[in-house]
This record gives sequence, structure tokens and C-alpha cells, in this order.
Amino acid sequence: MSKSLNLFLPAIGGTALMLGGAYGFTSRDYAEQKIESLEIQVEQSTSTAADAVANSRAAEAEIERLAAERDELQVIAAAGGGLTQPAPVAETVYGLGREALPEEIAAWDVDVLPDGRGLPVGSGDVWTGEELFVEQCAACHGDFAEGSGNWPVLAGGFGTLSDEDPVKTIGSYWPYLSTSWDYINRSMPFGNAGTLSADETYAIVAYILYSNDLIDDDFVLSDENFMDVELPNADGFVLDDRADTEYTVWRTEPCMTDCKDGVEITMHASVVDVTPETEGDAQASMTEHAAGTDAAAEGAEGAIDPALIEAGQGAFRQCSSCHEVGENASNRTGPELNGLLGRTIGSVDGFRYSNVMRDAGEAGDTWTAEALEAFLTDPRGTMSGTKMAFRGVRNPEDIAAIIAYIQSVGTE
Amino acid sequence: MDEFAKTSRRAFLRGSAAVAAGTVAGQAAAQGAPDPAITELQDWASYLGVGVDETPYGLPIKFETDVVRRNVAWLTASPISSINFTPIHALEGTITPQGCAFERHHSGAIELSKDDYRLMINGLVDRPLVFTYADLERLPRENHVYFCECAANTGMEWAGAQLNGAQFTHGMIHNMEYTGVPLRTLLAEAGLDAAGDLTDKWVYVEGADASSNGRSIPMEKALDDVLVAFKANGEALRMEHGYPVRLVVPGWEGNMWIKWLRRIEITDAAVESREETSKYTDLHEDGVARKWTWVMDAKSVITSPSPQMPITHGPGPLVVSGLAWSGHGKITRVDVSIDGGVTWETARLGKQGDAKALTRFYYDMDWDGSEMLMQARAMDDTGYVQPTKDQLREMRGENSVYHNNCIQTWFVNEEGVAENVEVS
Ligand code: HEC
Ligand code: HEC
Repeated sequence: MSKSLNLFLPAIGGTALMLGGAYGFTSRDYAEQKIESLEIQVEQSTSTAADAVANSRAAEAEIERLAAERDELQVIAAAGGGLTQPAPVAETVYGLGREALPEEIAAWDVDVLPDGRGLPVGSGDVWTGEELFVEQCAACHGDFAEGSGNWPVLAGGFGTLSDEDPVKTIGSYWPYLSTSWDYINRSMPFGNAGTLSADETYAIVAYILYSNDLIDDDFVLSDENFMDVELPNADGFVLDDRADTEYTVWRTEPCMTDCKDGVEITMHASVVDVTPETEGDAQASMTEHAAGTDAAAEGAEGAIDPALIEAGQGAFRQCSSCHEVGENASNRTGPELNGLLGRTIGSVDGFRYSNVMRDAGEAGDTWTAEALEAFLTDPRGTMSGTKMAFRGVRNPEDIAAIIAYIQSVGTE
Repeated sequence: MDEFAKTSRRAFLRGSAAVAAGTVAGQAAAQGAPDPAITELQDWASYLGVGVDETPYGLPIKFETDVVRRNVAWLTASPISSINFTPIHALEGTITPQGCAFERHHSGAIELSKDDYRLMINGLVDRPLVFTYADLERLPRENHVYFCECAANTGMEWAGAQLNGAQFTHGMIHNMEYTGVPLRTLLAEAGLDAAGDLTDKWVYVEGADASSNGRSIPMEKALDDVLVAFKANGEALRMEHGYPVRLVVPGWEGNMWIKWLRRIEITDAAVESREETSKYTDLHEDGVARKWTWVMDAKSVITSPSPQMPITHGPGPLVVSGLAWSGHGKITRVDVSIDGGVTWETARLGKQGDAKALTRFYYDMDWDGSEMLMQARAMDDTGYVQPTKDQLREMRGENSVYHNNCIQTWFVNEEGVAENVEVS
């Protein structure tokens, strides 16, 4: 084990309070050690990381506190105090776990740092990005990344950060471009994460930059010019300074009597009236929890197996990021799915289908159980050119369950 | 339904008539005719109850169906990336039962089995490693009680009193006893010599769900009290809290407590992930934002009486019950005011505070039936005193979303009905 690790081991914090029986070393020594290491750290806090830590924890005040605690520790230890003993600090390693293989690290270690480390080779242009964005992102984030409904806004909002209603977007608020590449690549599209290629991600990020008026429409973003793009709010952040600005002010002996001249109510929550009426909901959720299939069974008309419907409700989570079904279902990234069995393929009003799906519908094809099974197992293999960016249902049993669920809630 | 209406405390909120009826019923039994609940043979005293083979894993009895998590639909676009609230108004003591402890997911709660679980440690380490769940169970473990509070708890109250209920204003918090392996033990297995000087190193932690929520933790904290936990309150973590393994980052904001923990990477810089730039940064009035505001400052709230817990018994003995906590250490004192902060009295702590854990406080009073403006004010062992909302706004403005630890005010009227208000 490295020396520097040992330096940190007796760091400030909860461990001091868990000493209980004071096995191995005396509480007094332990607290003393902690104070020493703290003082070293405060002096050493040259790096930003250490600065932030020192600030956020108000390390100096902690020293005082620990000094007092050192004297108390014996008492606490004697009383037992319900405190537990820390796990032993191993002199040697336990040798558990196995070596991580390079392929495994490559698969999981995909984060991108502010200085561009972690970016894969690749590139993408604004117009390719627009196409991808309209297909895979716009249903939730708006065609121009301007947001829709309650979903996050990704563009605009410049100069609003000190307004009454600031609009925080990639353009107006985010400090680093790396964050958008990293986040979109790993976490979007919502419900189908991890499916974008590197080139696609570059293209989408380029389109978002364009939507924010930060680049021209002929820009091609790549790993090579990535660091040339600076976001406007890069300097808009300061490190946690509560220790200086707030703690010093609020560490006082508080007032106990005659603390103010009079008191008036200045605002009532009931006036805003945004608290959910929860009694019914709460009961419903508890009953559902206890009885399981009740809700699903109620919706089922005819003889569909309630257990199958319930399984389908769970499996439909794979679809729900793009599709709605049931009362008031509307088109999202994908069309609504009410009355799916027997419905003409590609026929929902107002949805922009791919050519292959529209053509199938114009030829009079309808969705049968067999057709759905084939399509859902391998969307792109069955209907080459489909816009449904979904890799297919992995577990064949899920398909019958999903269809049963769609039929149970989505009968028109 | 009937049963529910009868037992729901919220039913009393429907109006003073209900409150009055409740009071009268109580008195009639005490004064006049013999109480049939005593004089008549009751079914439960005669017929048989439920056998031991009925309930292999029990839920609360049906009379408690209102003690559940609730969400606020208008807060987010989708319940899959959203939050719900612990019913703190109806709980006592300090430990939060897992089944009603708040949930916050960024891409929904996932089912990840112990068999499928892998934990990778890579980056600036001597030996990049992969652990299975079984490996984790072979390392020395510790037990600790800690609170986990979302940085956005009370975040809807910045611009004014908004939500009517302690559950909604303060329910993004839970407090459990965790069993886990200290993170420093795992880091020692991978070896930190390769990292060189540790003072400027970071530990980036990431979840296995579709959001792959990731946060950067400074090495000093990682080597201090962070736990890689697999049990809470004696049983396996619930799915919604990160089964089978989550990170526990005592005293620091809940978003850092990575659920479904799958990767730990030692780096020489913060990753500046979405959750530490776009989110979980505190925008101030001047348009500049604070970042790396990890510690949750001292805070308290009266859980009863409160809007969901009106006083239903009329004047006389009243138990005022509440919670206090601090991410810096122990709660040393809580003061209570019933006149909106003009005068304060020191409350009784249910038990001496544990560091970075919820502390219960009580204020036992004789209510004369007049209106009250109830407040609680916490102090921790660094001497920090919980600020008023105006003090916070003066420092930060109204748009910082996160880290609102203001003193909360409940207005209690003569009928015992409580409401969330702001006072001068
Ligand atoms: C089904 C709806 C949906 C789709 C489709 C979708 N997103 Fe999102 N997006 C969300 C939600 C919900 C969040 C917030 C997630 C959270 O709370 O963690 C989000 C967050 C984001 C954010 C971060 C916003 C912020 O302010 O922090 C970015 C950037 C983003 N999405 C980009 C994309 C891109 C690019 C695509 C297409 C490849 C996409 N999204 C597709 C729903 C969607
Ligand atoms: C990433 C988004 C996405 C996901 C996830 C997704 N779909 Fe789709 N789906 C689409 C889009 C987009 C279309 C339109 C396809 C086209 O035009 O080629 C579509 C089309 C369909 C259609 C044809 C509808 C019609 O009107 O003809 C069906 C059926 C369907 N999806 C079912 C499912 C089911 C079931 C799941 C879950 C197992 C699922 N989809 C998951 C996006 C998605």
C-alpha cells in the first residue's frame, strides 16, 4: 500500500465517531492523528480538488471541533454509545477480484474529460446531425432542441442566467462541450441509451451547437477540432465558497427572545395550490402493490391471461420511451399503439413514417401477431429502412406479453 | 374505501367539520355511555386471525395505506426520470423503512441480479480489477446509519411557500443503517501507487443503469467514510435504491450515492459529467453558479403537526415531533418557536445525534388552542445555525434550485389545521 494512502487513512469525518471500544489504538491518539493530518491537508491544499474539500468542509473549524472531541472520545468509548468498530486496515491486500481485461475496460470506460481525453476518433456534420436529431431526439427535445413541454431545453437561453427565470441550456449554461458528447453518447436517447455510434454523436453535438448559434452550418465536428469549440459560459462557475461566505456568518449564538419586532404571514402555499391531491393515488398504489394484477385485469377485455398482461406491462418499458398506448396516447418518437392488432401498418395520422412502413400500409398490410413478432425481434432486419431505432426484443417470451398488454390497455 | 376514509389523517383536512366530529367522538366515549368497543364482544376477540403461512413477507396493515411515497406529477416530464417523496410526516424515530424511502432515478429503476453484477476499478491504479458480488461479501464490512438527502430537497420552496406537506417540502430524504465495505478497502485492493500524489486525484463513480449516472468524488472523501453498501436496515437494498450495490457518501448530496454501482475510476481531474455541470450546480442571482457544493448543511423540519398531520385532539398536551440533520457532523441542538421566530425554546433530542444521520427532536407543550407559527432551527457540532429563507435568498437569490436548508414555517390555526407559509 502506498505511503500517501496511509496519510489519508485517518482523515477527518465519521470514522472518529465510530471508535466505540477503541480497539487497536487509543481514541486519544486517533483524534490527535486526525488533527495532524488535517492540518497538513489545510496547508497542502494547493490543488483545486483539495481547495474545494477544505472549503466545503470548513476544515479549520473542524480542527477545533476535533480537539474538543478528542477529550470526549474516552467518555463515549466508555459509554459504548451504540457505535461500531471500524473494519481492519489491511497491511497487505486481500487479493480478491480478478484483473480487468483491456476489452472490458474499453467497453465501460467511455467517459470524456473536459480536456478531450476519452474522445474516440470520428466526425459528424450539422446536417447529418439534424436528421438524426429529428428522428431520435426531437419528440422530446423539439425539432430545434428548443424543448417541448416539460422536457429539457437544449438550445437558446443566452443572457438569461441572472433573470428571474433563467433558461439553462448547453449553449447558455454548460461549461464544457465534453459533457454534452459524454452524456449524449452514454445516456441518450432516453430509453435507448448507448446505441449511438461515435460519428452519430459528433453529428448530433454539431447540430446542437448549430442550434445554439455557436457554429456555422458547414461545420464538421471531430475529435481533432473538438477542443477548439469553447462554450460561452465556461467561466460562469466558482468553487463552493460557503465556508467563507456563509459559515462564517451563520456560526453564531442564535437569538432566543425578542428576535424580531413582529411576525406576519407573507405567503400561503394554499394560494399556489400545486400540492397533488394524493389520497386516492396513494390508496391505488398501495392496493396495486398488494394485489399485483388487479389494475391490469380490470383493463383486460375478454380472456387474455392477467399474468401475461402484467408481464407485458413490465416488458413494455423497453418501448415506453418512444411509444404511448392507452387513453390519450399520442405520437412521440414512435406512433401511438392503440388497437395495434389488425391495424394497417404505418397508418397513424400525423406521424411521419419511413418509406418502408408507409409503403407496407399502402399495400394494405396489417399488423398480425406473426408480423409483430418478426418485426419486434429484429426491426431493421425485417423492415429495412425503418426509423425505429431499437435493437429488438431480446427475450422472445416478452413479445407475446407486450402484445397482450397493448391489447389490454389500447383497445380503441 | 370506507376504512381508508376513516383512518386517513388527510381526511381531517377536508374541513373543520371533520375535525370537530373527531373531537366530539373522542369525548363522548370518555364521558357518557359505556364504550361499545369495550362492552361488546368484537369479531377480532372471538374469531380467528391470520395464520403464519399467509404472509411470508409482510406489508403494513391496511389501516396505514396512506403512509406511502408520493410524487408530484408536474415536476418532471416523465415519472421514469423523476423523484418521489418519503412520508416523513407519518414516520417516527429516525430509521426510514426501505419500502417508503424516496426514490430518484434518471432512467428508471432497473432489475440487476447479484449474478449479473460486476464492479470494475480502473484508471490510475496498479491493478485494474473486476469484482463479483460474492467478492464484495468477502471483504471486511462496517455498519453505519446515514441520511441520504437529494440536493433538490426543499428546492421547490425557493421562490415562496409552494407545497403543502412536510412529505413534499422535505421528503427527499431517508435514513438507513448501511452494511458495506469501505471504499478505501477496495481501492487498496487495486493499489494506488500508480496514482502518485493523492491530494489532487479524483474517484469517478458510475452506475449500471441506462443513465449511467456518474460523479467525481475527491480522493480525500473517498478514502474517508465512503461505503460500497449492499444492505440497508438489515436486508438487501431495494431495487429502487440500487440493488445489489450502491455507494454511500455520508453527509454529501444524494446524487453522488451512485446506485447499481458498476465502475470506479481513479482520475487526475473531475470528469465534469452532466450531473456535476448542467445539474447539481447552484445558480446565483448574479448569473454565476457554485459548483462542487457537495456537503448538505444543517437542516430541520417539524414533521408533526404539519399540513398532512393536523392536530385532531384539541387543546391540551401536544407532542411536537421533528427531524434534524447535518452533513458536517452531529446535531447538537434544535430550537423550536411557535410564534414565527420571535421567541425560541430548546427542544429535547430523542437521542444524542449520530454524525451525518437523522436526529429526532421533541417539543412537549400544552397547546392553548390559539394560532401558532411553528418553526425549528438546527445547530450542528461545527456551530453552524440553520438559516432563514431570507438569509439564504440574500446570499444566493431564488434560482439556485439546490441546497435549500431554510427554516420552515407551518401556520397552525385554532382548529389544528396546518399550512405551509412564509413569514416576515
Ligand atoms: C423519450 C424522450 C427523450 C428522447 C427521445 C431523448 N431525450 Fe434527451 N432527455 C430526456 C429526459 C427525460 C432527460 C432528462 C434525464 C434526467 O433527468 O436525467 C433528457 C436529457 C437530455 C440532455 C441533458 C439536458 C440537461 O439540461 O441536462 C441532453 C443533452 C439530451 N437529453 C440530448 C438528447 C439527444 C441528443 C437525444 C437524441 C439522440 C435525446 N436526448 C433523446 C428525454 C429524451
Ligand atoms: C427508440 C424509439 C423506439 C423504441 C424504443 C421502440 N419503437 Fe416502435 N417505433 C419507433 C418509430 C420511430 C416507429 C416508426 C417506424 C418507421 O416509420 O419506420 C416505430 C414503429 C413501431 C410500430 C409500427 C406502428 C405502426 O403504426 O405501424 C410498432 C408496432 C412498434 N413500433 C412497436 C414497438 C414496440 C412493441 C416496442 C418495444 C418492444 C418498440 N416499438 C420500441 C420507435 C421506437
